[in-house]
Amino acid sequence: MLNGITLKDLTGNTPALIAATLIMLLVLTAVIGPRLTPQDPLAMDLDSLQQPPGKAHLLGTDSKGRDIFSRLVYGARISLAVGIIASALSLCIGIFFGLIAGYFGGRTDVILSQIFDIFLAFPSLLLAIGISAVMPPGLISAMLAITLVGWAGFARFVRGLALSIKEQTYVEASRALGARSTRILYKHILPNALPLILVAGSLRVGSFILLEAALSFLGLGVQPPTPTWGSMISLNRAYINSAPWMVIFPGLAISITVICFNILGDFLRDKLDPRLQI
Amino acid sequence: MLLYLLKRILLFIPTLLGITLITFILMRSLPGDPVAGMAGERASPETIARIRAELGQDRPLPFQYLGYLKLLATGELGRSYYTNRKIADDLVQKFPNTVKLALAAMVFASIIGIGMGVFAAVKRGTTWDRFLTLLTVSGISVPVFWLGLALMLLFAFYLQWLPPSGMGNGNPIYIILPAVTLGTFSLSYIARVTRSSMIETLSQPYVAAARAKGLSEADVVLKHALKNSLIPVVTLIGLDLGSYLNGAVLTETIFGWDGLGRYALEGILKRDYPVIMGVVLFGAVVFVSINLLVDISYHFLDPRVRIKESK
Repeated sequence: MLNGITLKDLTGNTPALIAATLIMLLVLTAVIGPRLTPQDPLAMDLDSLQQPPGKAHLLGTDSKGRDIFSRLVYGARISLAVGIIASALSLCIGIFFGLIAGYFGGRTDVILSQIFDIFLAFPSLLLAIGISAVMPPGLISAMLAITLVGWAGFARFVRGLALSIKEQTYVEASRALGARSTRILYKHILPNALPLILVAGSLRVGSFILLEAALSFLGLGVQPPTPTWGSMISLNRAYINSAPWMVIFPGLAISITVICFNILGDFLRDKLDPRLQI
Repeated sequence: MLLYLLKRILLFIPTLLGITLITFILMRSLPGDPVAGMAGERASPETIARIRAELGQDRPLPFQYLGYLKLLATGELGRSYYTNRKIADDLVQKFPNTVKLALAAMVFASIIGIGMGVFAAVKRGTTWDRFLTLLTVSGISVPVFWLGLALMLLFAFYLQWLPPSGMGNGNPIYIILPAVTLGTFSLSYIARVTRSSMIETLSQPYVAAARAKGLSEADVVLKHALKNSLIPVVTLIGLDLGSYLNGAVLTETIFGWDGLGRYALEGILKRDYPVIMGVVLFGAVVFVSINLLVDISYHFLDPRVRIKESK
């Protein structure tokens, strides 16, 4: 699908290779990790509250005596699930409306573009707050909020791609042969736009993970006692001075994950189109 | 010129209407009675009656939306469930604090970001360049609320150089940590854009000519190349202004900064819906207004933009 990018390109670029490896490890951790965690992430051990990192608890315990490492492993599921699923959903919505606006043009384009602009007019976190505040807090509402915040950016981007691809001679040829619009969109425009769309998507996964973390931090995401990286920080932030590991490790987990996604996204962008900016 | 202004402002209206439509839909989908939502639980019966009449809940939805617009036009954003204060008054009172914080963050981000970008471009391909690239990728990847806590731990608790939180009655030392926290994301973007723009400029023939003239490298970079590579950077800074509102919600929460962001968080924690929606609506309006002003000012400042548009 991402024609032109080989495994050799990846191994030639050390940061991208490290990032890709870490992301794979992280996905693996999220999938099978919960079977391997040393402790139950919800089990409170009242004899070992706020233990610093050590033998019994690799990364220490939190203010309720829960094992931080186990909680991080469980939290990885939510961060990755929300980040990746929200990206996929908003890409699908964005592709659908972006192709329609770009390909059909005219009044359809004017109206759809205006709708994209309205969604883009909100500062992203504020809109996500507004949307998730009116729903019962949880996984679904966080995902939905992030999707509704993210789709318009993709739609505008895909619209631009469709606008330029539909001027190509092969599209004209296909139309001259009597192909219907749906066929042209599906057989010509979408496949040609897809590599760049996927790069745009990969560049946004990181920011979606950050948005999920922010919503969790604000208490609008997945609710306690289920551990998420963002809520682990907000629940323990009062202890930043006395027990900093309770806050530092979840933050490192978010940061490293997002850094990896951003490095990988940059790598794909540089390979496919250095001038692409989204 | 006048025509352009008129066109921009006319295009601004549907955007504003769209924003209010979205907040209206959000208000309508709130659990509970939307009138109580707008008036606050302890509102006087007269207020409730007035809002009920304005909203006209027995009328079809489009009319209700018109009523909502009418309320907004008079500056009525409803009242807080808890304090029963007018939200519009609270917003007016807290907004200046957020502006102050955002401006401080922007100054920090612009100066350091441009400096880092220029340095990385000049040192292109070296270890310095790679280090700065990693640093700026980290800058856009680190969650702002965690960065704030980490900086607080380091500078306020371990080193004890700076106060951990609060506004210190305007003492400027209190703004340093929040401004650095809020500015880091933008700084990293500015550094990245400056670097690539500078690299492009440095390959231009006129830079080679300046070098051939025998100018020192510092003169070439700072006097000739920098000015021309700053155009995309200035665009970025302008368009990024509104995004400080995102970071402000989190930064203000961490540092107890009494602005819009902390106000929003208090609303979220207490499920004080009118407050949340008030901040969302206000933030969006501020955001699009800034973007409009930035667009218009480019139109006046950069003749090339004008030519492109007239085509």
